Amino acid sequence: MNLDAKIPAGELEKKWEDYKGHCKLVNPANKRNLEIIVVGTGLAGASAAASLAELGYKVKTFCFQDSARRAHSIAAQGGINAAKNYQNDGDSTFRLFYDTIKGGDYRAREANVHRLAEVSAAIIDQCVAQGVPFAREYGGMLSNRSFGGTQVQRTFYAAGQTGQQLLLGAYSALNRQVGLGTVKNYERHEMLDVVMIDGKARGIIARDLVTGKLERHFGHAVLLCTGGYGNVFYLSTNAMGSNVTAAWKAHRRGAAFGNPCFTQIHPTCIPVSGDHQSKLTLMSESLRNDGRIWVPKKQGDTRKPNEIPEEERDYYLERRYPAFGNLVPRDVASRAAKERCDAGFGVGASKQAVYLDFKFNMMRYGRIEASKQGNHNPDDATMLALGKEVVKEKYGNLFDMYAKITGENPYEVPMRIYPAVHYTMGGLWVDYELMTSVKGLYALGEANFSDHGANRLGASALMQGLADGYFVIPYTIGNYLADEISVKAIPTTHEAFEKTEKEVAERINKLMSIKGTKSVESFHKRLGKIMWDKCGMARNEKGLQEAILEIQQLRKEFWSDVRIPGEIESFNPELDKANRVADFIELGELMCMDALNRKESCGGHFREESQTEDGEAARDDANFMYVAQWEMISDCKWNMQKEDLKYEVIKPSSRNYK
Amino acid sequence: MEHYNMNLTLKVWRQKSATAQGNFENYQVKNISSEMSFLEMIDVLNEQLVAENKEPIAFDHDCREGICGMCSMHINGRAHGPWDATTTCQLHMRAFKDGDTITVEPWRAAAFPVIRDLVVDRSAFDRIQQAGGFVSVNTGNAQDANCLPVPKDDADLSFAAASCIGCGACVAACKNSSAMLFVSAKVSQFALLPQGQPERTSRVLNMVAQMDKEGFGSCTNTGACEAECPKEISLTNIARLNREYMKASFLAE
Repeated sequence: MNLDAKIPAGELEKKWEDYKGHCKLVNPANKRNLEIIVVGTGLAGASAAASLAELGYKVKTFCFQDSARRAHSIAAQGGINAAKNYQNDGDSTFRLFYDTIKGGDYRAREANVHRLAEVSAAIIDQCVAQGVPFAREYGGMLSNRSFGGTQVQRTFYAAGQTGQQLLLGAYSALNRQVGLGTVKNYERHEMLDVVMIDGKARGIIARDLVTGKLERHFGHAVLLCTGGYGNVFYLSTNAMGSNVTAAWKAHRRGAAFGNPCFTQIHPTCIPVSGDHQSKLTLMSESLRNDGRIWVPKKQGDTRKPNEIPEEERDYYLERRYPAFGNLVPRDVASRAAKERCDAGFGVGASKQAVYLDFKFNMMRYGRIEASKQGNHNPDDATMLALGKEVVKEKYGNLFDMYAKITGENPYEVPMRIYPAVHYTMGGLWVDYELMTSVKGLYALGEANFSDHGANRLGASALMQGLADGYFVIPYTIGNYLADEISVKAIPTTHEAFEKTEKEVAERINKLMSIKGTKSVESFHKRLGKIMWDKCGMARNEKGLQEAILEIQQLRKEFWSDVRIPGEIESFNPELDKANRVADFIELGELMCMDALNRKESCGGHFREESQTEDGEAARDDANFMYVAQWEMISDCKWNMQKEDLKYEVIKPSSRNYK
Repeated sequence: MEHYNMNLTLKVWRQKSATAQGNFENYQVKNISSEMSFLEMIDVLNEQLVAENKEPIAFDHDCREGICGMCSMHINGRAHGPWDATTTCQLHMRAFKDGDTITVEPWRAAAFPVIRDLVVDRSAFDRIQQAGGFVSVNTGNAQDANCLPVPKDDADLSFAAASCIGCGACVAACKNSSAMLFVSAKVSQFALLPQGQPERTSRVLNMVAQMDKEGFGSCTNTGACEAECPKEISLTNIARLNREYMKASFLAE
């Protein structure tokens, strides 16, 4: 395997323009004969499916949820970045590009990230044209706020529901195409394999989750827009159904996996409350615009937060990183929280939490509001009451959610937060055209590895998903399909479809025939614990080696002792879950291998052996400035190749947020 | 907040398939923490059923943070249970006390046939959206976003309508199984924005026609939909839908 990233030659700022000017095109008459399969209907999938159908291609979409609108992009809260410079605060395409490369700790490709920054502005235009109700100022113009790792305000938002509004925008564009008959949606369907014919992806095997029956679907090309794999940790901010299965099946059919160990641990999530916990809930990064993070200066302080005077609080992010303060990137904020808790300064019953406190900024807003009303000398109670209203408008839904989950009122007492698994920067390796190492098989959005390096900046996931779907794939797929116009739709009676379906059926039969003693859930929990303890926020050689052995053992045990009730050909969520957990177990092993191989610390990947004297991540550019491409050579045996990263414009330096 | 544990009796609707006869089954769950979400309590029960070699209860759920709209339980006679403005996944066991009996049913509406146990088919909602819930703008058509100023109040009202999660609680709560709140939310979102104006007439007519075709009932202004909506979508949207529909009926050729 020698993978070519196919980065166009020429100056960085002109690469994408030149590419678009020279890539092959498919004429409208030929597009009507070309079929494209899109798996996943989140931001990347829905935007790609709608845009490709608008161009004239015949599109089929697949999602495991009961409606395309429920894909997990819907849960994104804080916002979407775009280099519009509407705030006149010095933003530009270059700055967004630079911030993203730096935020990713110099482990992303310059060409991809520059393209992302270039198309970012058009995404906002497109969404507004669709009727996405972004937050606005009184003059009718769009509003912006700040996110971590930047010093400009470039984040567009719709309260704390930006992902929902963007996804409903893409879903509406998709619906329009369904109405026109150019897209057919398959809901409650799960992709269980890629069908390969003559070295190219030519379709998928999907399972109808209502009837349990396997189906064959042909496509001239297959797009995987299936999101990330954070649920390998069992507890994460992902939806319960989010899984790696589609990407993993592609990996097993030859698609290389890029940087699998790069996981984002988000600093502001509601802490775990007990063993019953099924998922973790994010409190948007946007809260760090107005929330200040602190712990008591005294170890093991048991006083209530409001009883601890100002001078006895340690605003440790502001102390350690005065330039960025509470808005340092996620990896930095998470590690700093873990450091304080490990050192005995954690708060709450579990002591695994820090405070996120809004009082200071509520007072500040309150003073402004009072001033608007002509009251230039308001008392504290007035300021607090007025400030609460401002905060409520900005983050009301998040505060409500916090109150429902914890039973505490965050307007009165500071939130308790702790880091949790949120996003995976790693994913299927793709070239500049978003094609995986399998011809005709593409990966978009979180499912690919490409734009965020070792750490993603906040509000950039929505940007990337929509950039890939609306503005990248419509061009790059033509460059491939232009050579496929003479290929007639291959009937699904073709032997490759028959053979692949048989393999899928055999695996399902095997799972169902184990009839063991332990539930799927129990295996998933055990996997999650190994991953969190040994491949989580801090990793070391010994732990990773142990984890690999433990996961191998767990895999054996799963395949000999899992219990799946019910029947194959029926609505059987336990079987669906078993299929997914089996893949997570294999992925977990690969993640640990990748983490073991990467002996440096970078971004969200923190190897304890590689840190500076003051506990910051120490990168090793001389030895690790590459993308690790993992290829499965036989059943759970991998081979790693390197794609060297070349920085032609930005000079990698030690990340400094101080 | 004081934490406590409780033992509960659950009366859960079990139904093998769309055509099978369904019935209530009784289950006991023990040591349920008040910190758990309602769905985590169902997880506990399901693990118990798997251990007993029985089939777990099928239910829809995904994000578990109140936004995807997948969860859909009728709990003690109320869509999404006893808390106002709350989805089932955000309902926590603090809402109950030791010894309670809790009845759990699927959404009940002719347009939402049961698939299994507590899972229903809400694809009718998608088909209504496909009939007109969009602005016809191709990717690449758009001008600069700030070329189109939108008064803040309109943008806020539009957003409030657009925050509908499509869960179907409005239909389940309505004695007529009407989908008016759902349809009105989408119609309102676009009617309030300049982007929605070119297709304002055809949108409302097409969406209402599809709604009727799917077999949802009529609206009699009872307001149960608004009361049970986890996102507090306002009944004024239905009033707007009626106005839009009347106007469109006169304007249509």
